[in-house]
Amino acid sequence: MGDIVKQPGRLRPAPENFLSEEQVKAVAAGRRDFLRKSFLAAGAALSAPLVARASEGDANILQNPAWTTSLGQPVAARPYGMPSQYESQLLRRESPGLARVGGASVSFAPLQGLFGIITPSGLHFERHHQGWHDIDPSKHRLMVNGSDDSLLKKAKVYTLDELMRLPSASRIHFIECGANTGLEWGNVAVPTVQYTHGMISCSEFTGVPLKYLLDDCGVDYKKARYVLAEGADGSSMTRTIPMEMVESGEVMVAYGQNGEMLRPENGYPLRLVVPGVQGVSWVKWLRRIEVGDMPYATKDEAVHYIDLLPNGLHRQYSSIQEAKSVITTPSGGQTLLDKGFYNVSGLAWSGRGRIKQVDVSFDGGINWQTARLEGPVQNKALTRFNTNWVWDGKPAILQSRAIDETGYVQPSYGQLRAVRGTKSIYHNNAIQSWKVIESGEVSNVQVL
Amino acid sequence: MSRFFNASLCRRGTKTLLVLAVAGVSSAALAVDHFSGVGRQATPAEVKAWDIDVRPDFKGLPKGSGSVDQGQELFEAKCASCHGTFGESNEVFTPLVGGTTKDDMKTGRVKGLSSGELPQRTTFTKVATISTVFDYIQRAMPWTAPKSLKPDEVYAILAYLLNLSEMVPGDFVLSDKNIADVQKLLPNRHGMTTEHGLWPGAAAAKGGIGNGGKPDTQNKACMKNCKPGAVIGSTLPDYARTAHGELYDQNRNFGPVRGTRTLGADAVAAPVAANPNLELATKNGCMACHGLNAKIVGPGYNEVLARYQGQADAEGRLVAKVKAGGQGVWGSVPMPPNGHLKDEELKTLVKWILSGAK
Repeated sequence: MGDIVKQPGRLRPAPENFLSEEQVKAVAAGRRDFLRKSFLAAGAALSAPLVARASEGDANILQNPAWTTSLGQPVAARPYGMPSQYESQLLRRESPGLARVGGASVSFAPLQGLFGIITPSGLHFERHHQGWHDIDPSKHRLMVNGSDDSLLKKAKVYTLDELMRLPSASRIHFIECGANTGLEWGNVAVPTVQYTHGMISCSEFTGVPLKYLLDDCGVDYKKARYVLAEGADGSSMTRTIPMEMVESGEVMVAYGQNGEMLRPENGYPLRLVVPGVQGVSWVKWLRRIEVGDMPYATKDEAVHYIDLLPNGLHRQYSSIQEAKSVITTPSGGQTLLDKGFYNVSGLAWSGRGRIKQVDVSFDGGINWQTARLEGPVQNKALTRFNTNWVWDGKPAILQSRAIDETGYVQPSYGQLRAVRGTKSIYHNNAIQSWKVIESGEVSNVQVL
Repeated sequence: MSRFFNASLCRRGTKTLLVLAVAGVSSAALAVDHFSGVGRQATPAEVKAWDIDVRPDFKGLPKGSGSVDQGQELFEAKCASCHGTFGESNEVFTPLVGGTTKDDMKTGRVKGLSSGELPQRTTFTKVATISTVFDYIQRAMPWTAPKSLKPDEVYAILAYLLNLSEMVPGDFVLSDKNIADVQKLLPNRHGMTTEHGLWPGAAAAKGGIGNGGKPDTQNKACMKNCKPGAVIGSTLPDYARTAHGELYDQNRNFGPVRGTRTLGADAVAAPVAANPNLELATKNGCMACHGLNAKIVGPGYNEVLARYQGQADAEGRLVAKVKAGGQGVWGSVPMPPNGHLKDEELKTLVKWILSGAK
């Protein structure tokens, strides 16, 4: 029992945590009678007539729990399903002090507890510029027009009824805010992977390739080399998209997300999907597409989402999210329970295509081992990686490094800052480091 | 048949589509043939109603004009609550003006951006195209009533901001005729570069902007003995460890790890009682400027209560004030009109404030 006090990080909880930390201390102090009473209380809570002794095995096995001996809930008791009541801790959360106004703020996805590559729609990160609305789809319209009439044969208006009749595509893509990890350009600022990397999510989006609509309007692709996307919210968010991307067929006017319609916070009933490009270009509540012959220099490509370089110049129209990865388990703000085997798991992605390889280091980047990529490995989508680790109880620094199909290798903080300095906000894709100490506590550190 | 063939090909991804495009399969003809009955031509009035963007070459700019003086009046009434009377406030949003010099106007590069002298970047230290500012004010401002400004009002407000930035004199009238001259004075008009790999289009040499996607860092995938040691350059400051609350509660309480206890082992999450009034105030943005027991930008609700307590007509007067906005009672920063609140919601909130806002 003394070990427990000396090594809090190695505390092995009893089944179902029936002792609180206070009670564990009481037992450790020699009050074993207290332990027996707690067992009795745990047994009583299950209304079991007999109390099994711990020596015979796990009470959760020896006594059939209530859910094994009673009638459960009927179908459709919750017609739009909800997570288990025991899943109340992983929520999207704001970072305190980041924004003064909720309508122009961001909430982060809880990457520390998610599995696979699809983000549950209800946990998808949010970034709004003037608050979100729940728009009546029967009143929503999409207009396609030109900066002038010479750029297309006719300006058109589409309803949701009409858009959903058109040939649809469904593809899995990540969306990452350009400011993801932006809090950490200068130094470590936030404790967990939710706040360092949680402005990313990945969904299966369903919609109409934008090219089909531009074709339908008779767009002159020789002259109209840029597209302006505009939203229907108060900010009427606008961003320039290069026509090359539209012509590739990747850019979609999407209404579906993970099998259901988009959630209102993510643009219901219509948003633009621009794979590989930062989230601000994925205009939500999309109401208008204008084709043009020059970039538009809208507020969020001329005042924000520009990258300040050491020489005082700003990079404008920065869009692509370069290859990046992060270990999500274990990660900052978590504590390992004991020495021994762990599956180290994380996410990798690239705005330039597929992830080819992810390497993991346990000594802060001196030595690396190649992780397993779990399928599916898709174009401009999150890719889950796993690797084995036996923790010997000594301090360690965990890192992951993504390589994409173009051969691009995710840079270190030192390499990124050598080019872009420390005053940038956007496009921080440096290698993340998590430090593990003897107690098992994991914290956020930066290794140059 | 070919329609469905094409649609299913889409699912296989970009490469297939690119091949189709290169091979000259005319999806344009395909689309037009098969999309009959879908969509309709937009009327000129519809296009006019929504086509509100203003480009750097001023295409889309509405006719109109407004003076610095008119702009000051409008700004104080509609903008100052968030931006400060002189556009300098950092309370709600980042400042609009400040940090630029007469010399910057000559060179077109804001020196403070490279010298490190600037404590804070402002809109006018960054923006290189005046159309951007006009476009944004017109489409998105004021915060609580976007698209309510007439073109003359947008010109006036912009004229006031230009005057605050010392680009134009106090008797200046900005209009569609002279805005191109103003562009030539913007202090950071030469401050942007598109020579980078983060624009996905073609390189500048091939008629696009950007560099065709060439990255600016070149890491190598070394595997063994890559460096002599791992030097930690930065760790989480103590205050930041607790600033995000109890991390134990932001992780599952089963699985390979637990959330680290940041507020101490004794900290038990206090049950949060449902508070529909506070939720209503938060939802409508009130809590951005007012604290329950402290001034933020506007007075704390305890201060409002102290001033109005016991006055028979307090409720009616406050409802009217919140609805129409007000200025001068609590300092220089005015409160904007709150037209987005329903009358019932207004009454509920005022009653709540007058009952102690608990």
